[in-house]
Amino acid sequence: MSAPHRELPTWVDIGVTPIVNIFLALIAAGVVVLIVGENPIEAVQVLVRGAIGYDEGIGYTLYYTTNFIFTGLAVAVAFHCGLFNIGGEGQAYIGGLGLALMALAFDSILPALLVIPLTIVGAAAAGAAWAAVPAYLQAYRGSHIVITTIMFNFIAAALMVYLLVNVMGQPGNMSPETRPFADGVSLPFMHEFLGLFGIDITRTPLNLSIVWALLCCVFVYFFIWRTRWGYAVRTVGSNEPAAVYGGIDPKKTIFMAMCISGALAGFVGVNVILGEQHRLLLNFAAGYGFTGIAVALMGRNHPFGIVLASLLFGMLYQGGAEIAFEIPTITREMVTVLQGLVILFSGALAYMSRPWVEAVYFALTPSKQQAA
Amino acid sequence: MEDLFVLVLRTFDAMLRVATPLIFCAMAGLFSERSGIVDIGLEGKMLAGAFAAGAIAAVTGNAWAALLVAVMVSMSLALVHGFASITHRGDQVISGVAINLSVAGLTVVLGNAWFRQGGQTPTLGAEARFMPITLPGVETIGAIPIFGTIYAESISGHSLLVYLALAAVPLTAWVVYKTRFGLRLRAVGENPAAVDTAGISVTWLRYRAVMICGALCGFAGTFLAIGQNASFVRDMSAGQGYIALAALIFGKWRPWTAFGACLIFGLLDAVAIRLQGVELPFIGEVPVQLIQALPYILTVVLLAGFIGRAVAPKAIGVPYVKER
Repeated sequence: MSAPHRELPTWVDIGVTPIVNIFLALIAAGVVVLIVGENPIEAVQVLVRGAIGYDEGIGYTLYYTTNFIFTGLAVAVAFHCGLFNIGGEGQAYIGGLGLALMALAFDSILPALLVIPLTIVGAAAAGAAWAAVPAYLQAYRGSHIVITTIMFNFIAAALMVYLLVNVMGQPGNMSPETRPFADGVSLPFMHEFLGLFGIDITRTPLNLSIVWALLCCVFVYFFIWRTRWGYAVRTVGSNEPAAVYGGIDPKKTIFMAMCISGALAGFVGVNVILGEQHRLLLNFAAGYGFTGIAVALMGRNHPFGIVLASLLFGMLYQGGAEIAFEIPTITREMVTVLQGLVILFSGALAYMSRPWVEAVYFALTPSKQQAA
Repeated sequence: MEDLFVLVLRTFDAMLRVATPLIFCAMAGLFSERSGIVDIGLEGKMLAGAFAAGAIAAVTGNAWAALLVAVMVSMSLALVHGFASITHRGDQVISGVAINLSVAGLTVVLGNAWFRQGGQTPTLGAEARFMPITLPGVETIGAIPIFGTIYAESISGHSLLVYLALAAVPLTAWVVYKTRFGLRLRAVGENPAAVDTAGISVTWLRYRAVMICGALCGFAGTFLAIGQNASFVRDMSAGQGYIALAALIFGKWRPWTAFGACLIFGLLDAVAIRLQGVELPFIGEVPVQLIQALPYILTVVLLAGFIGRAVAPKAIGVPYVKER
């Protein structure tokens, strides 16, 4: 007798399967820890303690979380349009450039409170512009966006080295970075901000950008599911001919989705440059773009899921530093391994665990026909 | 004039060395992509191969053992890619990104745990590496003016792996265009359903393609770690896997044109090092970064259709679902 076809309920599909996949990635990472001769349980304990065990750890965790929310949202918006934006890395980097250009141009002539919004607009515009070229080429010339965004990552890296070493760097300063922005051209640190209300927390790089990140989540939610443009994005992403039939122009939609994606990635600059460093420096966005892919895959391209996934990766980043400090055999790069494994298991092998989940679920819940 | 001639030869010599890993990887990518499997993971496979070669050469002191293990490691990663993208019909780009990230982290973690040199493998002596070899007859032919100088200065005196890379191109062209396997390989990248209808297994064909791809990436990695350098260094592939991918696209997925693109990109790199801080007439100083970014810029321009048109294999990136 062939088993009647049964659908998995939604909560299993979006709740259980991703957790099973992440669990598989964690097991694989645990095997790596065993191979280097350390105890995975102990490593997890150190990681959790380092990430959320004390004030400073929590601050750093949330600081990293902020970056991942931006890049995760960026990847997700493109995914909804059926595009794989692998260029978050370059867009974040150039976003920082746009921000710094605004800050350096206006910080001596305008009051700081006016410069700050300008810099945020600068970050969004530059990130969007860096995504716009591959987007245009994809939409109107048919060049594959995966390849062009990879190329743009490298072009961004070369451009930034050139600008910081030869053009924007300060004479006499060995490290390639711009001059610090004028006082006040920054987002307040959380310890300063909460200090105004008499709440005392430890000094960390955590700053008000995290509020901006959460606002972006709300914006993306409304944009994707509550506006006609979001509807167009989703329709083009799931069925382009249907979109054309429905009167949606896929070319314009692709262009718009990628520009929003790039702008979101560009906001990494708001957190790192405007929030923490207050000057432009080399490689400030290294790795955040790629982590965004893992975050979006894990969060199922939904802002709520992305916040959760960003928190997890924030913990991994901060806890990973703690592991490297306490267990010298395990280096920070263990986090990169885990990211790769998460992308593998919850992205490329997303459907591998499905038959098992189905088997277990159907074994636990007898079908109605049998019950009757 | 004499100096200029030698300078040109030296640059040519450097170009061959820089182009070698690109050639291996571009040929690797050609097999995979011609069968319809996108391979972003050339970079990761090459880096894993480099690490394996560096580690095994350090432990055994045998370059051939290092090559063998590097090829095996790289092939097993290719099988992971195949498992995800052929068997489980996962997204091929995502799978490639996963491999690149995992390898970038794993090589440092394992290297640091095993050798305790901050992710580097121990420096190797000449006996554990593929050292430059002098081609036969350099002394007699080298005496001939011009041709002899070219032979002695540029063609002779490379690592064995450089010559293997040069041999890989005609071999790839022969396999892809002149053998039954090659015909089927090209067919499966264009129209897998037709291949399936002819009673040939799409899955097995594509698995063979990704395994060849893995093997060639292993050669590229071996050259990086124990041919060009004397140890594995973290992130030593430094984006060359992506440049090779660009060269493959620039070469329109054909062996000889991809080879040409590898040489051009290798030449750009060799020239970039020479031009550092040099004032050119009329142009002034050319930023090194611009020359370094040129392969990427050229590829984007080509993809945009402004200089010719690069048409990918038709079924590329699409998992094949057999009709029931």
